[in-house]
Amino acid sequence: MEAMIALAGNPNCGKTTLFNSLTGARQHVGNYPGVTVEKKEGIYRLNGHRFNIVDLPGTYSLTAYSLEEVVARDFLINEKPGVVINIVDASNLERNLYLTLQFIEMGMPVCIALNMIDMAYSRGIKIDHEALSRLLGVPVVPTMARSGQGKEDLIRAARQVLEKEGGRTELKISYGPDIDVGLDRMEAIIREVGFMTDTYPSRWLALKYMESDEQIRCLGKQRDAQTAEKLESIVEEVANHLQLTVDSFPEAIIADYRYGYIRSVLKQGVISYSGDRNRLFVSDKIDKVVVNRFAGPLIMLAVLLGLYHFTFTYSEIPVAWTEAMFGWMGEMVDRYMPDGLLKSMIISGVIDGVGGVLGFVPLIMFMFFGIAILEDSGYLARVAFMLDRVFRIFGLHGSSVMAFIVSGGIAGGCAVPGVMATRTLKSPRERLATLLTVPFMNCGAKLPVFALLVAAFFAEKEALMMFAITIVSWIGALLVAKLLRTTVIRGASTPFVMELPPYRLPTFKGLLIHTWERTWQYIKKAGTVILGISIILFALMTFPGLPADQTAVFEAQREDLRATLSDDVDGELEAAEDGTDLSAAARAVHLQLLQIDAAEAEAALRHSIAGRFGTGLETLSRWAGLDWRTNIALVGGFAAKEVIVATLGTAYSLGEVDPEDSRSLSEILARSPQWRPLTALSLIVFVMFYAPCFVSVVCIVREAGSWKWGLFSMVFNTILAFTLSVAVFQVGRLAGF
Amino acid sequence: MRSKQSGTIAAITAAGELGRRIRDMGLVPGTRITVQGRAPLYDPVALRLMGFTLTLRNSEADYIDVEVDD
Repeated sequence: MEAMIALAGNPNCGKTTLFNSLTGARQHVGNYPGVTVEKKEGIYRLNGHRFNIVDLPGTYSLTAYSLEEVVARDFLINEKPGVVINIVDASNLERNLYLTLQFIEMGMPVCIALNMIDMAYSRGIKIDHEALSRLLGVPVVPTMARSGQGKEDLIRAARQVLEKEGGRTELKISYGPDIDVGLDRMEAIIREVGFMTDTYPSRWLALKYMESDEQIRCLGKQRDAQTAEKLESIVEEVANHLQLTVDSFPEAIIADYRYGYIRSVLKQGVISYSGDRNRLFVSDKIDKVVVNRFAGPLIMLAVLLGLYHFTFTYSEIPVAWTEAMFGWMGEMVDRYMPDGLLKSMIISGVIDGVGGVLGFVPLIMFMFFGIAILEDSGYLARVAFMLDRVFRIFGLHGSSVMAFIVSGGIAGGCAVPGVMATRTLKSPRERLATLLTVPFMNCGAKLPVFALLVAAFFAEKEALMMFAITIVSWIGALLVAKLLRTTVIRGASTPFVMELPPYRLPTFKGLLIHTWERTWQYIKKAGTVILGISIILFALMTFPGLPADQTAVFEAQREDLRATLSDDVDGELEAAEDGTDLSAAARAVHLQLLQIDAAEAEAALRHSIAGRFGTGLETLSRWAGLDWRTNIALVGGFAAKEVIVATLGTAYSLGEVDPEDSRSLSEILARSPQWRPLTALSLIVFVMFYAPCFVSVVCIVREAGSWKWGLFSMVFNTILAFTLSVAVFQVGRLAGF
Repeated sequence: MRSKQSGTIAAITAAGELGRRIRDMGLVPGTRITVQGRAPLYDPVALRLMGFTLTLRNSEADYIDVEVDD
């Protein structure tokens, strides 16, 4: 037998744990078509039967208000899984059954997993699962997802539901006389004309109309406008009547009756409590300290710093390994391939580009591991709870803080994992505003640029400047978030209404699966696009090559230099390899040769498309005090911000400059007549705010679900950065700096 | 309501998405709630109902009418 089973349930009911326990490593994660809601699928085999298990997004209800709910609903309607396993948290039965009821009303073949039965028992809650099963008319199986106990019974019960084809009855709940009469009338009309009955059960359709469900109403209008209008007029009639008689509306009354139904079921001997139901449990005792007015923020600061430390310090070693591996690959190519364009494309385009992406992998794994611990343990919800008041001012959500910190809110993060960290945000508008503003934080790749400029021009106030840069980036990001939320992502804030789940010890297996699936998605998506873009950028900075007459000039310079040499020195240079100690005379000549190489590299860079672009932009960038050399470096910085320092080095004829050791470049800038502190300030502002590097852009596109937002972040950020740096430069100039 | 105070919900006056979210979480007339605490900045507020903890912003809680126990 082969069948599809859908897992559904409230968030925090142990759904994912059960899914992991059923499918183990045989699962894969993707997105639902067209949206960024995660779709997890896996295979479970029992006695030669193969079950395709789909983990639906966790929801509290099946309205059309959130993307998750629409996705879950559409999946059930369109894919028609053989059975829905509804996981309910036994210690929180009343609220969990609200969703169950909606599945049954939809006419779905349901099987209930009464999960965390052990926890309920320890809380003094006793549940008669047989009585529950009898009253609801669906099988109920007690389970403990953490230990996997009960999962075979559960699948057996699900199989029975599968085999009982057509034998299920739709539950008809009474919603009071007014609504019931309306529903009956609507159902009759729906049946009569066959209004969308090919996809939806008739009673459910009537109910959705009564609940003013936007999605269904839109569909109805498209399919049969006349009937849709008739149904809507009945709803209006009922609504008006209710407004007059009980001062309420259909949606509210439907919810009341559903909860009323659940309570009446539970009262029929299903549930019994010993002790006070709302007494404080261990979790609440922990919360007394953890979200305490004074201790709470301090603990939070410590935890966030800890996460940051964990992500960026401990990942250093594996990051160094990957870097070393790509360095070694570059070296191998350098040694065994003949010189030429192909070789430099493979080294600078392919290996550096892909290496740049894969270099992030350990970092991302560490961050996701850390976040998974906070998320699975329930602490993340507390962070959102404590910080929401602050972030709400800017149109964001309490959970946004995580993304900002990982991106470099404490200087030296990375926007790539930051953008991905916005996944923990459930409110769509707040999430979009967060992921568009996190690239303003000072990531580890921008820091060398700041360090270089600060060292050159503000050496005596180094620490103060770096601190100011961090503060400015926070202020900028939050203000831009506010701006976005009042313009392009306008809309009321998503209701905060959030459950504070009890603290739970995360399972190690769950953490590993969580971490790996997110990391793998990053590798898969980022890796492919980035290879293409890095080759294009390489081409932009290489082509067209210097014309022959100019190369000849540099060649002639070299020849001239060589011609003046004695045979000894010439011979010594010929024979020398990297690392050989040279005599003083030879060293002087060697340096001169390097200078010619560097000058040639500078000329070539200026001649390339990127170089021409930078030179062409000079008329514009003059306003911000930036010259063509800086422009090219900034163009290169789009590949990765690390490139800025390296490219500046080439543009100033220094040859390759190591971003970690830029003293020589810093000295040149400090002495250059083009540069003064104000120029440096203008550049700092520009680098802080301009287009995110393309790895981040690719991630933004993935997380926001369309190229539109990726493009937006490139164009908007660059315009913003330019405006700000022009403002800084012009105001500074007028003030006489 | 003050911290640690309990009461019974009399009416929910919110409509639309907020109203739906509030009701989905079991805040319907007749439900008993207790104020469990507040965030360090006094907002949002944490409520205890039906054995679990729910947080919502003060502005959202304004739509919930409660008959407070003495």
